[in-house]
Amino acid sequence: MRRLTWFNATSLTLGFAFLYLPMVILIIYSFNASKLVTVWAGFSTRWYGTLLQNQAFLDAAWVTLRVAVVSSTIATVLGTMAALVLVRAGRFVGRTLFSGMIYAPLVMPEVITGLSLLLLFIGIGLDRGVFTIILAHTTFSMCYVSVVVSSRLATFDRSLEEAALDLGCSPAEAFRLVTLPIIAPAVIAGWLLAFTLSLDDLVIASFTAGPSATTLPIKIWSSIRLGSAPRSTRSPPS
Amino acid sequence: MRRALLILVPYLWLLALFLIPFLIVFKISLSDGALAIPPYTPTLDLSAGWEGIREFLTDLDFENFVFLSTDDLYWKAYLSSLQIAVISTAITLLVGYPIAYGMASAPDHWRPTLMMLVILPFWTSFLIRVYSWMGILSTEGYLNQLLIWLGLISGPLTILNTNTAVYIGIVYTYLPFMILPIYAALERMDGSLLEAAEDLGCSRITAFWLVTVPLSRNGIVAGCFLVFIPAIGEFVIPSLLGGSRTLMIGKVLWEEFFNNRDWPVASAVAVILLLILIVPIILFQRNEQKSREAEE
Amino acid sequence: MLFRPGAHADRSRQQRDTHGADRFRALERSGGGTAHPVPGVTKRFGDFTAIDNLSFDIYEKEFFALLGPSGCGKTTMMRMLAGFEAPSEGSILLGGQDIAPIPPNRRPVNMMFQSYALFPHLSVWENIAFGLKRDRMEKDRINARVAEMLKLTRLEQFASRKPHQISGGQRQRVALARSLAKAPKLLLLDEPMGALDAKLRQKTQFELMDIQEKTGTTFVIVTHDQEEAMTVASRVAVMDQGRIVQADTPARIYEQPNSVYVADFIGEVTIIDGTANPEGDGYEIAYAEGVPPLFVATDKKFARGQACHLAIRPEKVAISAERPEGRRNVLRGRILDIAYLGNISTYLVELPHGKVIKAQTANTRRLAHRPFTWEDEVWLSWSDTAAVLLEG
Repeated sequence: MRRLTWFNATSLTLGFAFLYLPMVILIIYSFNASKLVTVWAGFSTRWYGTLLQNQAFLDAAWVTLRVAVVSSTIATVLGTMAALVLVRAGRFVGRTLFSGMIYAPLVMPEVITGLSLLLLFIGIGLDRGVFTIILAHTTFSMCYVSVVVSSRLATFDRSLEEAALDLGCSPAEAFRLVTLPIIAPAVIAGWLLAFTLSLDDLVIASFTAGPSATTLPIKIWSSIRLGSAPRSTRSPPS
Repeated sequence: MRRALLILVPYLWLLALFLIPFLIVFKISLSDGALAIPPYTPTLDLSAGWEGIREFLTDLDFENFVFLSTDDLYWKAYLSSLQIAVISTAITLLVGYPIAYGMASAPDHWRPTLMMLVILPFWTSFLIRVYSWMGILSTEGYLNQLLIWLGLISGPLTILNTNTAVYIGIVYTYLPFMILPIYAALERMDGSLLEAAEDLGCSRITAFWLVTVPLSRNGIVAGCFLVFIPAIGEFVIPSLLGGSRTLMIGKVLWEEFFNNRDWPVASAVAVILLLILIVPIILFQRNEQKSREAEE
Repeated sequence: MLFRPGAHADRSRQQRDTHGADRFRALERSGGGTAHPVPGVTKRFGDFTAIDNLSFDIYEKEFFALLGPSGCGKTTMMRMLAGFEAPSEGSILLGGQDIAPIPPNRRPVNMMFQSYALFPHLSVWENIAFGLKRDRMEKDRINARVAEMLKLTRLEQFASRKPHQISGGQRQRVALARSLAKAPKLLLLDEPMGALDAKLRQKTQFELMDIQEKTGTTFVIVTHDQEEAMTVASRVAVMDQGRIVQADTPARIYEQPNSVYVADFIGEVTIIDGTANPEGDGYEIAYAEGVPPLFVATDKKFARGQACHLAIRPEKVAISAERPEGRRNVLRGRILDIAYLGNISTYLVELPHGKVIKAQTANTRRLAHRPFTWEDEVWLSWSDTAAVLLEG
């Protein structure tokens, strides 16, 4: 396992080239003065200027940011709770259903999740907007958080918590003073994952956004589809 | 008490926002389209009491499913989605496994960096990454420019707006989902196992097939499901990279919903897709649970 | 079984004194009475009974060891004392109060974990102060107490390090300091030296005894290492399948085991099965056809012809080339195997009818002068009081 042969080195090089070349090309061409994607006409930041002057884009970016911050924060709390349930709670009625509802959203096609949430919101008469996008994003990203946190919890040495209890902590104190600081990296990683998933989401946001709120991916989508000002759609790496 | 609260909060959230919505989708798939808001009938009128519920139930039927089965557009869309998902999952595995293997055999101090490099693309916009492939694959795109410049081809190849472009797009976007679980499985593997296999008479290659592959099985299974299941319902990639002849069910559902505004048919499409996916999803969940229990 | 001190006191007179027995007798003299009785607890996990109606007393300021193979229930017993498991039946009294219903964080009992369970995100100082802070102790008193603990465990210069920045032996001392800081009535140590190498372990055992004496805390140690239990503890309870088979001073456990299990578990022993026949102040043990019986002096009572086991420690078996004079237990055999351990050698001697007996000699002479080798015919002998007669 620990031998980096020429084969391994080649597959790593080719693999990472495949992953990164498209992004590198795009970044370079986002500084292209020409309006055509495939023709280089000198260095320019005019597309970034255009982007910063486009009020609709800025509004969409603001909506996206708000949705991402709020939904990833709620998702982190719920996902951490769900991870504790998965790893710690032992048996309870409906455990299989619970773990099914944690894992299924990871792979569920977005069109299904989006459609079903939309029909729910309409069914209960909830006006679509920032709030409904937050609910939708929280739901699927909490599952990612819970997977990240539960894999950390699974290797967590329970005797650390027992030691805290032994030294006089209440169970809540033991969680706050010992468990949480130790799993914090996983919780933060979960938050970041939830945050980027939310920033990036097009399909679910399209279903649940409604006319009052437009997110950045929706805005980018429509400009790609319309084929206008293509490179101004380049969003900064989130 | 504390335990009950801990279980109930995420449980109720997921029931309300994940499970119940599916039941609503199922219900609406049994309704008829209508020019109304919401655009379907019947709607449940609880104020009419039992009579309302009875009337509501009798108005539900499987008409939309009958419609789906008669129009071969849908059947073809399901089949071609399955085909595209299977082929691209296989390619992703073939591309991803050597990368994961290379990462696992890299020196310890490189690994966090390599790991970071796999995760980093998640942090850039998915749409933009797919969009950049449009620039690469189009007839006057970078790939054709490069191939012509190298003299390998005389005229540009048509790649964009074909299924090939969709395969490339899916493999590219889902590659990290394949690499990460396989890498996790390989990294945990004890290196002395391979030495033991070689000591007992295996060649490098037989040792790989008899030891490494079986031990990374959970990772391979997880990776394949993580690519296969979402790829079936993929919408963005076939819309941007695929052509008018590329049929994928996610695209069909989107169009039924947003362009035709036929919510009951869109729901019926979703219900059948869900039925197709339910077995792989259960297998995926079992696999995850098993590997987590093995960890504990 | 409920251990009662004094019941066997007269029988310990002629025993080899060990450190533990010494300290225990000092304890008896000072009148250290029963402090923490465990009057019959039971713990079941489903159908499996981990602790079966176990009763024992732990005395104030003593060093008590629960010794047994893995799976014998000693860890479960310790976790019940700490409060991580609730007894299915019975109670645990600490200073006259039943602590069974008290959660671990309110018990005046602290535990040193096998994995040490040091908080990786806190420094050595913060780890030791952790329990004191939970008691809302004043800053000055915390500082003083932590400083005292650091001094006791010789960790002063590591106070600001994190657990992963110190050695295994230092980590072990941090764990000890942390659990001692709250001055518990009972300190539980779960395999405290399990993670240390042999050399360090021995040094640490003496340190532990030293600290126990200095602080006057009651220590309860759980271990599967009989040598460790014998070294550190003033009393050892040998456990098997959820029961205490014998609880006594190390010397009595070794010299007067009450069962084949204890005799076999502690140290090396040869067990000879036979039947007892009263003779003089002891019994003649018939153990094979056509050979004279062995004799053992004992005040235990056996019926004529009762099945019994004779346990004989190898160091009490003399090995010689000539037939020794004036001993009743003399056997002839052939050397089957020799284990040379440096300071001593163990001989496996096969008797004509196939029984193998272990004999040990101290290697007072250099190897070249060793008197016996493989296949030698030798004489084995032991005194009337050397063997222990046990019921079948």
